[in-house]
Amino acid sequence: MSILVDKQNKVIVQGMLGEKGTFHTKRMIEFGTNVVAGVIPEKGGSEYLNLPIFDTVCDAVEQTGADTSIIFASSPFAGDSMMEAADAGIRLCICITGRIPQQDMMRVKRYIKGFDESERMQLIGPGSAGIISPGKGLVGVMPSYFYREGDVGIIARAGTLGFEAAYQLHKADIGISTSVGIGSETITGTTFVELLERFNTDDETKAVIMLGEIGGLQEVEAARYFRDHMKKPVISYIAGVAAPKGKRMGHAGAIITAYGESAAEKIEALKECNMPIVSDPSIFAESIKEFL
Amino acid sequence: MDIHEYQAKELLSEFGVTVPQGGLAYSPAQAVYRAKGIESENVLVKAQIHSGARTAAGGIVPCSGEDEIRKAADELMGKCLVTRQTGPKGQIVHRLYVEQQMDSVREYYVGFVLDRQMERVVVMASADGGMNIEDRYNQKPESLIRAVIEPAVGMQTFQARWIVFKLGIDKSLLTQMVTTLLGCYRAFRDLDATLVEINPLAVTSDGQLVALDAKMSFDDNALFRRERIANLRDEAQEDPLSRKATERGLNYVRLDGDIGCLVNGAGLALATLDLIQVAGGKPANFLDIGVGAQPDVVNKAINTMLADESVKVILVNIFAGTNRCDWIAEGLVAAIKKFNVSVPVIVRLAGTNAKTGKTILQESGVAVVIAESMRDAAELAVEQVK
Repeated sequence: MSILVDKQNKVIVQGMLGEKGTFHTKRMIEFGTNVVAGVIPEKGGSEYLNLPIFDTVCDAVEQTGADTSIIFASSPFAGDSMMEAADAGIRLCICITGRIPQQDMMRVKRYIKGFDESERMQLIGPGSAGIISPGKGLVGVMPSYFYREGDVGIIARAGTLGFEAAYQLHKADIGISTSVGIGSETITGTTFVELLERFNTDDETKAVIMLGEIGGLQEVEAARYFRDHMKKPVISYIAGVAAPKGKRMGHAGAIITAYGESAAEKIEALKECNMPIVSDPSIFAESIKEFL
Repeated sequence: MDIHEYQAKELLSEFGVTVPQGGLAYSPAQAVYRAKGIESENVLVKAQIHSGARTAAGGIVPCSGEDEIRKAADELMGKCLVTRQTGPKGQIVHRLYVEQQMDSVREYYVGFVLDRQMERVVVMASADGGMNIEDRYNQKPESLIRAVIEPAVGMQTFQARWIVFKLGIDKSLLTQMVTTLLGCYRAFRDLDATLVEINPLAVTSDGQLVALDAKMSFDDNALFRRERIANLRDEAQEDPLSRKATERGLNYVRLDGDIGCLVNGAGLALATLDLIQVAGGKPANFLDIGVGAQPDVVNKAINTMLADESVKVILVNIFAGTNRCDWIAEGLVAAIKKFNVSVPVIVRLAGTNAKTGKTILQESGVAVVIAESMRDAAELAVEQVK
């Protein structure tokens, strides 16, 4: 098994025409992901990268049976794209685009919650690096060549930190079941807790690396879930010990505004839940090895 | 993005919030002229910097009459104000706001922010206006009233009324207070704000509800659709290096150490700062060149870092996923030659084409130290500054 993405996903691409969309669509196809169509308003009926193009997500879903979407549309339009996917019955939506206005995300989340739970789309991102289940599927922008099949799950807010961890595992001959980039915007879809829950019941995952950072409180919620429900080892890293308060460190969500959001305060809260913490980001592989 | 008090007041007044009479001045003469347009004799000369807590720093001066206004304006203009929010470097005053002085009998606090956990806008209100709200909250959290706004329908009148009754505000002020609260909410929503704060919101002796100070911040990611707000940016209030970096399309935050960092990806950049700290050093900056960096970006990044005189060593940490180490190496060599970089440069390259990248660096003849891991790189950099 793996979580969220395997060989079954039928993937459409929203915002495929741009440089990023084109580049990563090709890479996903090369990887073996079942990309079935693209959605480009006004270009419906044409072809791009040998894929059929539809005007709307609804058309694409009806014609191809797509259940998964990946979004590269630029930030002013990405909120609209997410809602269109939810409306069309897409089950899993990965929004790579970041820097989306907060109020757009507030509305997107509110809109998605309006669906009955059984029909509700799972949103990963925005600002996500996507999902990769090595040997099965890539719906994301990971450089797949150093992701090998295995039994470690990775959840990362920051894309590059997830890559770094995967690369360290690769060098140490450790494989990955699924790696998910959840993004580090102020408001995001899926959280650490929801993904820990999935890894908890995934037969192929033996241990999880959780890569958090400053801003927000979701790492602390994840630590509580770990303490109360997690049956597998999890190691965590919180980036931003050296970050000052009130400064936005690259990501929209990486800003300390309230108590509990700094790295030191989070680490304190994680320790209280007995979650193992790695303080050196160059030793992820060694640290997870102990638990395999 | 932050704006000045006078700009926030102008915006909020368009949404029905009452503010004192006032005018903007760039010189003492202009301040005197502005005061003439104000009906009362007593005015405040207020330094316009992107910071609160200005009273304690001497940035707000009560005046009566031309001479006092000229003197106060003369002293404030060009002065570097250090408040508890500016940090030790302070902010230089380039603009003054001359405002009618109001007599207040009661002062309230009203603030609108986004609550990340709830993913909703929250209104906070308190009957202890004027003072620092964080201090107040820490002392007496129950004194802060909170109402959550449902995004699909927006703030409702009953919520505004509820706040008024909860605060124990005199019922004769009900309509004014409801107008003010709903106005603030609409300003927050319609202008893509991330913060709207009125502190203090005062009741005057003649029964008026007036915003004596106002603060607004805006969502940088929404400025593309808020041209008017984007035009309110006061570049003089920003760190010149950070401003330059932003113009160059870099993600840069200046810090107070001496190890310059050039990293791809915000998460890795944060982790690099941490490693430097673990190794006993202090980073001079956060700099993320982005995930798909091209050689000219490296050039811009090196240029930005060199402008900071406190940088004693440069640490380059690249993990190439979707970009390529050979591009980065080429860019580095070119930049080091172009700018005659004299400080030591430590480079860690990993990921796509790392080998080629290292070869390029070694064969270039420029003096760089190649580190094998992130940690080695951080330790080597710290050694250089010790």
